[in-house]
Amino acid sequence: MCGVCGCGEGLNHSHEHEHDPQHGHAHEHRHAHAHSHSQHHHHHEHALGPEHAHAPGLTPARMVQIEQDILSANNRYADDNRRYFGERGMLALNLVSSPGSGKTMLLTETILRLKDELNIAVIEGDQQTARDADRIRATGVPAVQINTGKGCHLDAHRVGHALESLNLPEKSLLFIENVGNLVCPSAFDLGEAHKVVILSVTEGEDKPIKYPDMFHAADLMILNKTDLLPYLDFDVEQCIRYAKQVNPKIRVLQLSAKTGEGMDNWLKWLRAELDLQGIGYA
Amino acid sequence: MHEMSLCEGVLHIIEREAQTQGFGRVKTVWLEIGALAGVEPEAMRFCFDAVMRGSLADGAGLEIIAAPGVAWCLPCGKNVAVSQLYDVCPNCGSHQLQIVGGDQMRIKELEVE
Repeated sequence: MCGVCGCGEGLNHSHEHEHDPQHGHAHEHRHAHAHSHSQHHHHHEHALGPEHAHAPGLTPARMVQIEQDILSANNRYADDNRRYFGERGMLALNLVSSPGSGKTMLLTETILRLKDELNIAVIEGDQQTARDADRIRATGVPAVQINTGKGCHLDAHRVGHALESLNLPEKSLLFIENVGNLVCPSAFDLGEAHKVVILSVTEGEDKPIKYPDMFHAADLMILNKTDLLPYLDFDVEQCIRYAKQVNPKIRVLQLSAKTGEGMDNWLKWLRAELDLQGIGYA
Repeated sequence: MHEMSLCEGVLHIIEREAQTQGFGRVKTVWLEIGALAGVEPEAMRFCFDAVMRGSLADGAGLEIIAAPGVAWCLPCGKNVAVSQLYDVCPNCGSHQLQIVGGDQMRIKELEVE
């Protein structure tokens, strides 16, 4: 299943800090505390009707209760990633948007302003090509490209592999640039501190209610390309009202990565969030 | 189309359960999908057949149990029914709603042999 390392079904993979040659199945331990078998794996056989009668040579049909979240495997990897970030005081942000919102330019402009002050790295998710990762590397910070092929989102397992290859110093700022898609990435926890949704003013103010899942999952919305507002019929106030209708707690920053207008508030937010990661919560 | 990934997640869980609970073939899968889970049931059915092909659940039936959306309304202090993430409270019109049900996607039960 795993397209990165071929590690079988994705469930027998463990990250580097868990590898132990003495234990062939490090994941057994993880399963043991992730969910108790007595709690979730009830196993009962229903009373068998005549059509299910046990006859020699035939296996009887039976019901098995499972009660498991479909995303449980992804969520365990996300927990591993979250622990990794927590132990290192790192800030990991999952940047989500539709294609063409200006995500990569926002990143390159942000990196150019902060790279002398902070350790920064980027995990780039794209269906095809390394064009965005090349643009990031041109700024001088490390970037790992994950091509999802036909996949429409990054998952926590692949991000975990990318973390191994980046081997970042403590207190780094990590941007995870997700595949341009306002639908699918909302469902996949990568272990990030926040999802940040980027919406450009050329896309129309009704995006938050057309794609509510993403705006519901994000903590911060960046309204990008504000330099174009004089040429458009984009209602900023209505857009923010829609976003808060879906998620009353969402915060909104307006900026133009191209002209630099509003970038200072975004940089302040990043520094403050990175400071918060370094507090050392129990 | 994240329904494809979700179906792959379903197959992972089924394959692991087949080993621990000792079954060789799956005839029917019951999934509980909440109204606010961001999952399109028809896309799920389409992907389910494609992903299960050639596996121990090849040709298995898919039963989807719909779970209604429920939110806790802060001003009203009680649970209310919602069908969209941008719905307002049907009693007081507030947006201060915390989703408490209907965002789940779970495998409930399997019929196996």
